[in-house]
Amino acid sequence: MRQAFIDTTTRILDDNPRAALVIAEISADSLAKAFADHPERAFNVGIREQLMIGVAGGLALTGMRPIVHSYATFLVDRAYEQIKLDLGHQGVGAVLVSVGASYDGSTAGYTHMSPMDVALLDTLPGWRVHVPGHPDEVVSLLRAAMDDDERVYIRLSTKVNAVAHADGEVVRPGPGRTVVAVGPMLDPVLEAVRGLDFNVVYTHTPRPLRVDEGAILVEPYLEGTSAHLGRFDSIGVKRVDLHRYGSPKDHARWHGLDAESLRARILSLPG
Amino acid sequence: MGVTEVEPLLTRLTGDEKHAPSAYSTLDVLWVLYDRVLDVAPDRLDDPRRDRFLLSKGHGPAAYYAVLAAKGFFPHEWLDDLAGPDSPLGHHPDRLRVPGVEVSTGSLGHGLGLAIGTALGLRAQGLTGPRVYVLVGDAELDEGSNHEAIAYAGASGLDSLAVVVVDNRSASYSWPQGLASAFTVHGWSATDVGGRDQEAIYRGLTQAHPGRPHVVVAHVEQKGS
Repeated sequence: MRQAFIDTTTRILDDNPRAALVIAEISADSLAKAFADHPERAFNVGIREQLMIGVAGGLALTGMRPIVHSYATFLVDRAYEQIKLDLGHQGVGAVLVSVGASYDGSTAGYTHMSPMDVALLDTLPGWRVHVPGHPDEVVSLLRAAMDDDERVYIRLSTKVNAVAHADGEVVRPGPGRTVVAVGPMLDPVLEAVRGLDFNVVYTHTPRPLRVDEGAILVEPYLEGTSAHLGRFDSIGVKRVDLHRYGSPKDHARWHGLDAESLRARILSLPG
Repeated sequence: MGVTEVEPLLTRLTGDEKHAPSAYSTLDVLWVLYDRVLDVAPDRLDDPRRDRFLLSKGHGPAAYYAVLAAKGFFPHEWLDDLAGPDSPLGHHPDRLRVPGVEVSTGSLGHGLGLAIGTALGLRAQGLTGPRVYVLVGDAELDEGSNHEAIAYAGASGLDSLAVVVVDNRSASYSWPQGLASAFTVHGWSATDVGGRDQEAIYRGLTQAHPGRPHVVVAHVEQKGS
């Protein structure tokens, strides 16, 4: 997904004179071509995330459409007040694109994890949130985000589904209870309910959220992030600092988000 | 037309007849900006070629509102209802409510980053004429976000940017090498002026600074003195 973001952003800067790019060192090497070709619209502000968002807000005030990119924990957690005030309160938008979703950066430890990014954005009005599950989805979501002036968050992950899907697609119809899988949670959910009669629906756009009452929502970020938006069961990342490294797969297991744990959890829910 | 015409507007805004205009640390700087420096006008609010003034130090905006009213950006009647339930004028300015206000501020340390983005955005669109001015307070420079901005603006030689620091010595900890040193170490040009000396403020703000951003430190009476 990160490569799809790099390639698409580079092309967008070529094609769209309103597009700008602001980063704080993260991905600077991968985006070298964009910086070389568009020095007047691509900015690496150094390791300065407050400034990264402030600059994006200023660019948007002049009518530009900034793409802002870093690890989720630096982009959202660290710069939260800038997101609140330099974008939202000014009445301007930007396209924030993160990597390092939840525990993708597991070997780096908790300092590089942000399972709480979507919950933080949920405290602010007007954010559209995309959680793509496949690189092909990244391309279309990013391109669409450049066509308006809204506040958009695109959460990239190293966890990828086998194929791309449309938002709202019924991936596996079934007569039973609906399970809505967000982004990269789709493939683990499909495996978890194999042989069972659940109805599996996919979304890569959890904000605005469309989940029917009584469904089970499986999210790749903090469990309960969406619980305030309707009456359904929520499964997600546990609210715990494990102080552990290991692989994203290990963390999925520890948080009960691998297929085997998901199956047990889903079956434990009252019908 | 001089700063004295702002006096009745300030009184109208605050209901305070005891304090002279000199009680407002930013008044002379704001007056010089709007009277002689900024290329802005109430009938050109959305003109992309206008100068931009960002009041980063958004608290205590009485002088700002009074100067904007004096220059015709909004009706004087607005001054009679500061921070009322239906008033566009609050104790911190809101760009979506007040004509002429470029950024909504209040939380300290946000104006400089927004100003850098504004300057970069104008330059990217080939608008090399407009200048971007930011007013910060000396204590506001405690906020680390300013130092991210000061370092980057210096490193990128952003010469359409000028900052005026109104120094009323309200910070608990002063700068041992002088406040301007926080900027000059990053390659800014700097000048110190008396914050009540309108001619000196004007010269400081209009001083040429090719290839680098510029800071004017305007010294006024110590807060509370």
